[in-house]
Amino acid sequence: MSTLERTRVGFWRDELLRDVLSMAVAMAVVGASLGAIAVSKGVPLWMITLMGAVVFAGGSEFMVVGLVAAGAAPVTAVLGGLMLNARHLPFGVAVGGLLDRGWPSRLIGSHLMVDESVAFALAQDTLAEKKRAYWLTGIALYCAWAPSVFLGGLLGQGVGDPGAFGLDAAMPAALLALLMPSLREFRTLRAVAVGALVAVLTTPLLPEGLPVMAGLVGLAAALPLPKRLAGEAVR
Amino acid sequence: MTLGVVFALALGTYAMRLAGPLLRDRIRISDRWEQLMSIAAIVLLAAFVATSTAFESGGFAGWARFAGVAVGGVLAWRRAPFVLVVVAAAATTALLRLTGIAL
Repeated sequence: MSTLERTRVGFWRDELLRDVLSMAVAMAVVGASLGAIAVSKGVPLWMITLMGAVVFAGGSEFMVVGLVAAGAAPVTAVLGGLMLNARHLPFGVAVGGLLDRGWPSRLIGSHLMVDESVAFALAQDTLAEKKRAYWLTGIALYCAWAPSVFLGGLLGQGVGDPGAFGLDAAMPAALLALLMPSLREFRTLRAVAVGALVAVLTTPLLPEGLPVMAGLVGLAAALPLPKRLAGEAVR
Repeated sequence: MTLGVVFALALGTYAMRLAGPLLRDRIRISDRWEQLMSIAAIVLLAAFVATSTAFESGGFAGWARFAGVAVGGVLAWRRAPFVLVVVAAAATTALLRLTGIAL
């Protein structure tokens, strides 16, 4: 490794840390708005904070709070949230290799599996960098999430609407930035284009969460995979 | 909201998170599958980005959000720093709403 390369690795590490922290700040504001909304809808502060800690999947928490407040049956609310979180199953198959084989690593690492930690991991090149990005993002966001939900609930209406800060655009844009390097590969781009189109077109038809899973049909557009990448003898 | 709802959602979500890493121990995954799984995760994330850009609880999310994500996307494509992408996306959307140009 040349000196230049080493310097660049050092710089990249700082860059990762900076990126993860800016993501955590954005997440904290979203968490605060979740806390404020939940408390305004009559959810006890301790309960929404606990939810942030044990569920740790923002979208589904907003959804369940909204559904319950709108008078939906608890079963409906839970099923809705679970459908929205179904994408964690294929995520786990994709990034499961980044978790060491020991039980503590698997049990804790699985709980830290969120869109952002998966996206940060996928954006790295080497296995060591992927692991580091996954854990760093997961831990940073976990430390930011429940406390910010609690604070938001405590401050209540003073938090305001995350829409006013444009945070509803910041989250998808952040994920898009992390995906961008992968999209430079044409096969992945084809799969993504088909998948995103299918997800958008099925949104009016399917319950929330399922259109994203339906996007997986885009994978067909990535086939066939080049043989030279296969680590097995051609049968 | 009851504790039952919180724990049912938590347990179900955790089960889905843990399933992937546990599955991988049972089966030998070839490099080619490994690659396909990575693409699958990228496709899922992109589908999530697309739907959360365009929709808010079943309806159109409005042009302000769409424009913000588009600005962020162009900056990311031009290899702008991550922080700039996030801030520019948020600022674009916030400004469009503030000025009333788009909601």
